[in-house]
Amino acid sequence: MQAVSHAHDHHDEIDSKVTFGFWVYLMSDCLLFASIFAVYAVMHTHVYGGVSGKDIFEMPYVLVETFLLLISSFTYGLAMLALHKGCQKQVLIWLAVTFALGVGFLCMEVNEFHNLIAEGHGPQQSAFLSSFFTLVGTHGLHVLCGLIWMVILFIQVLVHGISGGKIKTKLTCLSMFWHFLDIIWILVFTIVYLMGVM
Amino acid sequence: MDLSIYYSLFNGGDVMSNHNTSHGSLKQYIIGFILSIILTIVPYYLVTNQILTEGPLLFAIFGFAIVQLLVQVVFFLHLGTSKDQLWNTLAFVFTLITVAILVAGSIWIMYNLQHNMMPTMSM
Repeated sequence: MQAVSHAHDHHDEIDSKVTFGFWVYLMSDCLLFASIFAVYAVMHTHVYGGVSGKDIFEMPYVLVETFLLLISSFTYGLAMLALHKGCQKQVLIWLAVTFALGVGFLCMEVNEFHNLIAEGHGPQQSAFLSSFFTLVGTHGLHVLCGLIWMVILFIQVLVHGISGGKIKTKLTCLSMFWHFLDIIWILVFTIVYLMGVM
Repeated sequence: MDLSIYYSLFNGGDVMSNHNTSHGSLKQYIIGFILSIILTIVPYYLVTNQILTEGPLLFAIFGFAIVQLLVQVVFFLHLGTSKDQLWNTLAFVFTLITVAILVAGSIWIMYNLQHNMMPTMSM
């Protein structure tokens, strides 16, 4: 996004065309998720005599997952503030914290999937489970990509510092991506889990 | 100039918020974070304790999700109506409309399809 303001000219290097382009990509990603949400909305009652959401969702576990992602979104925000303050060390610290929280989230999700499959509730069992695994799995895959991207940017900040304009643009794009994933998760939390156990 | 920005960063970001910059201020992030936590815990509590009946409960958790979505978009993604944010906001609004048509349309069509197919399916 365009961070141009006459109050702080030295931040002008953020490439507004790149961030706008990335924003448009995120909006198209929104449509991808909308399609999968629509599939889930249609399929979630088709349990084929098997388990429904009520039987398999563990809400306290999911709440912890939600908080991990929510806190990581906040700590990434702190990394961005440190970036605009020009404090390299703080950027690295907050990126590392965000990464750790993201890994925690992903591990919990993989563990949840593993337990479901081990108990015989794999994606092949019913239309409900197929759409559940597709929706939550697609989000998880995005988180994984975000984490890989974060490692790469962490190394770049470590090696090259944060004075260049390019690194600011890159970190800004990742911040948009990360907040976006948090928003998608809120929808997953509400539509899949909260509505699933109602 | 620099000092005033650093000062404002630590003290609620008055300079920043006046100009509605894309990276926001500490105050914005903290407000957004606290609101998000509240907007997560309240619907969770409502659902796990079965306080409301099904209709109002559904309405309530959807309301909380939409408010939470808006809170995060405003406080974390810093989307606004300022001049330099206009195109981002326009793209966002267009996407919301498309998403609404896509999701509502799919559910509507599939519901009718299923409804009309039911007699033969149950034979």
